[in-house]
Amino acid sequence: MLIKKPVLTFALGLMLGAALPAGAAEHGGLLQSAHNDVGNVASLQRGARNFVNYCMGCHSAKYVRYNRLEQDLGLSEDQVMKNLMFTGERPHDTMTVSMRPGDAAHWFGRTPPDLSLIARARGTDWLYTFLKSFYLDPSRPTGVNNTMLPGASMPHVLWELQGYQKAVYKGESDAEHNAVHKEFEGFELVQKGSLTPHEYDQFVRDTVNFLDYIGEPMQLKRQSLGLKVLAFLAVFFLLAYFLKKEYWKDVK
Amino acid sequence: MSATETTKGTRLGALVDWIDARFPMTRFMKEHASEYYAPKNFNFWYYFGSLALVVLVLQIVTGIFLTMNYKPSAEHAFASVEYIMRDVDWGWLIRYMHSTGASAFFIVVYLHMFRGIMYGSYKNPRELVWIFGMLIYLCLMAEAFFGYLLPWGNMSYWGAQVIVSLFGAIPGIGESLVEWIRGDYYISDITLNRFFALHVVALPIALIFLVIAHIFALHEVGSNNPDGVEIKKVKGPDGHPVDGIPFHPYYTVKDLVGFVAFAALFACVLFFAPEMGGYFLEHANFEPANALQTPEHIAPVWYFTPFYAILRAVPNKLLGVILMGVAVVSFFFLPWLDRAKVKSVRYRGWLYKAFLAAFAVSFLALGYLGLQPATPAFTNAARIFAVIYFAFFLLMPWYTRADQTKPVPERVTYDAH
Repeated sequence: MLIKKPVLTFALGLMLGAALPAGAAEHGGLLQSAHNDVGNVASLQRGARNFVNYCMGCHSAKYVRYNRLEQDLGLSEDQVMKNLMFTGERPHDTMTVSMRPGDAAHWFGRTPPDLSLIARARGTDWLYTFLKSFYLDPSRPTGVNNTMLPGASMPHVLWELQGYQKAVYKGESDAEHNAVHKEFEGFELVQKGSLTPHEYDQFVRDTVNFLDYIGEPMQLKRQSLGLKVLAFLAVFFLLAYFLKKEYWKDVK
Repeated sequence: MSATETTKGTRLGALVDWIDARFPMTRFMKEHASEYYAPKNFNFWYYFGSLALVVLVLQIVTGIFLTMNYKPSAEHAFASVEYIMRDVDWGWLIRYMHSTGASAFFIVVYLHMFRGIMYGSYKNPRELVWIFGMLIYLCLMAEAFFGYLLPWGNMSYWGAQVIVSLFGAIPGIGESLVEWIRGDYYISDITLNRFFALHVVALPIALIFLVIAHIFALHEVGSNNPDGVEIKKVKGPDGHPVDGIPFHPYYTVKDLVGFVAFAALFACVLFFAPEMGGYFLEHANFEPANALQTPEHIAPVWYFTPFYAILRAVPNKLLGVILMGVAVVSFFFLPWLDRAKVKSVRYRGWLYKAFLAAFAVSFLALGYLGLQPATPAFTNAARIFAVIYFAFFLLMPWYTRADQTKPVPERVTYDAH
């Protein structure tokens, strides 16, 4: 009675339509799906371990408090202190690094960014693909380059785990323009790491999962609260609807 | 003025009488609610007025709570927003309400404006209702623009940079004007502080006053309706319009239904997609402001993009800025551009309907194009839609007169359910 369907569809479309062109893949379809699950606490715990051991030498997560990890990752204070805190921090401290930004910029060319919000800025798929896309490139000072972030100043920190890979291109020489048109085809492992490719994928997935979680630590709580709010509103809607119907009986 | 029937003789009634002798409380409630007669044939489109008011209140209340923990300084602003998101109890909920509310405000207001255009609600005697409404829209755009700088993300920074620099296109005074707005040679801590002052003090006050003026002007002349019929022309023996019903309780209970439905949609975004795929909260804004690094693709938030697309469609910067301004200001002149004898689209001919449909499509298309990179094909499309957009206004005196209108009934059309 009070809501005509086409009009409602139009209004809904206006509200949701804005989201449509969002899923377009960047960088020519190279992006791989992270398939991470922030509800998987074991994966988050592994991700936290990976992050602290491999990333936090250079990258901070300065908005994340250690004791927040206790609550959300199902760890005791003792476990967090023994496994994730190595330099005398206190539980309510945030995950900072002791490397000075000036030194970092001097050593790497730029200060390694804080990673608290990197998953929200870049997306989990981008991060997952990025960590799998380092390849040998002797022209770079670090010896590696990255297809997701060409000219990246970050070295291949995880080389011991993944090994080294080279980028394989489908080349076509264009004699007329004295150039080679290269099309990226994929990677080929040239030096094995301590993990199998499958294990490495899982390692990266766990790490990205942790980054996803610290980007918005309340995201699971947000969704579960959302369901309760919607359930309440459904009941409220019925009450309001019948109240309106009752009142409007006498409008002729 | 006196107490109502039910409270007469009671202590509550005595209190009401005491107040009414000193302040027009009961009279005010009657004039604006229980004895404000609104047409009984309001349809779906009439929810958005009350919803706009709801969102205004939501923004003010959540804004007050955000201000308690937000720090308006270039050094601390970004971190303070994350502090609100992580460390303040329910801070994330308040922040998402505010950020979702900003987009919801524009959705609701655009639908409200479209309703006004569709049913000729700006026409005599409601010109001032329309003008106040347009002033609200202008304030709202300024409010949203200033507010967008406050999280101090990189898109905040560069968006402000781009929009403020538009004033630089004004010949002669442009550059000094831009400096005056920023208070600095670039967007800085000083700019952030003054935008904060404007966002939390100046514009909310202006908005509240304009909303009051909008509602007072409306209640003076009475609401229009989907038929565009003046209900005051046909009055019953009691002196009230035959087709009118008291706003309270009839429309308060009806708007309550609309509010709950809106709240459910709002909750879907708030709890399950607060970023709305990067359109309500842009990805680049999760990196702090960086004067040395531009985001890959700078676009304003979606609610400004129809005008942004017009700006980019014009090769000359000054002309682009002027046309963008004209695109917004044109709405003010609708009451005088429209020469039709009838108000509502229901009784207008195909000519007006075609122009209105083309306008709605071009507004949405420009909004889409403003979000996309300016490729030659997109720019040409934006030019075509911009021409249609302006034709709607410029040709209005002609097509509204030439249009074959239908006879308007004496009374509103309404089927009792």
